Amino acid sequence: MKKLFGLILFMGLGVLIILALNNTISFPKFGSVDLSDRVADAYLDNDNVSEVGSANIVTAIVVGYRGFDTLGEVTVLFISALGVAFLFSFKKEKRLDLKFKPNFMLKHGSKLLFGIMLVVSLYIITHGHLTPGGGFPGGAIIASGVLLLYLADDKFRSNIKGFKVLEGVAGSLFVIIGLLGLILATSFLENFIASGTVGQLLSAGIIPIIYVLIGLKVGSEIASVVDNFLTEEESA
Amino acid sequence: MIQYAAILLFVLGLYGIFISTNTIKMLVSLNILEIGLNIFIISIGFNYQGIAPILSSVSDTGLIYVDPLPQALVLTAIVIGVGTTALGLAFAKSIYQKYQSFDLNDMEESL
Repeated sequence: MKKLFGLILFMGLGVLIILALNNTISFPKFGSVDLSDRVADAYLDNDNVSEVGSANIVTAIVVGYRGFDTLGEVTVLFISALGVAFLFSFKKEKRLDLKFKPNFMLKHGSKLLFGIMLVVSLYIITHGHLTPGGGFPGGAIIASGVLLLYLADDKFRSNIKGFKVLEGVAGSLFVIIGLLGLILATSFLENFIASGTVGQLLSAGIIPIIYVLIGLKVGSEIASVVDNFLTEEESA
Repeated sequence: MIQYAAILLFVLGLYGIFISTNTIKMLVSLNILEIGLNIFIISIGFNYQGIAPILSSVSDTGLIYVDPLPQALVLTAIVIGVGTTALGLAFAKSIYQKYQSFDLNDMEESL
């Protein structure tokens, strides 16, 4: 009965949403968007692009125009990692046992693969203002490398204190760079370094610096969440 | 039409949250709902002739880009989705450790 009622209710809701898409200016016809009447037209304007200096416009929005929003986003991720750590805080903890015994090839091959993943993630993080990617995907790749080491080696335990310190330092440096913008320029998180030529690695002022910090922070946060999920209370 | 598929995913996720009593199934439904919303937000800025909003050394006269603002907003939404899913899974694991079940009805019986 509850299932039927829910089905009718939510199908009605879906029909209502579809009827609301009436090709107005806020919901234009799919695939024929005109950017000239939107705020994105200003982001894609040549003068504004050379002022910000980031070839990737999405990065220019995320870290440049909406850097304060990104600070809040990183804070939300930090609070959820803190909540996970709080729920799994045991007095004596040990890591979960694997159901099989990993052999030599698996243990050492995963370490080799971890190095490659680290290099790829550093490439993605440092080229966030030029190519697709940036701090968030790169950090997720670092964390998945840590997860790989956990799954391939039954004795592996990451240095969780080191991750906590790295996360704290990266987060503090983000805020300090924002405050430097307040001192050296006029507003919080304002770009106070010369933006350089668009398309070069050393360009876009503080955007690559902030994205490296975000990458380190996201990677260490998700890695500590992975560690929290793969530990349990020692029954002894 | 991608937009209708996105709305269908959103409605399915909402329905899953409404009917399921298993905490893991609720989290899966929440993620389906999020995916639907993210696809919908991306589709608002889509253009058939548009290319990814990344400037290259090629002259950009006459090129049309897709709207970068929805993509930036969805980047934020994905990260927050990861955070809420991690926290929800942590709650589910601690419920399982206490009641030996992921089902909320079993949890209610043992109270």
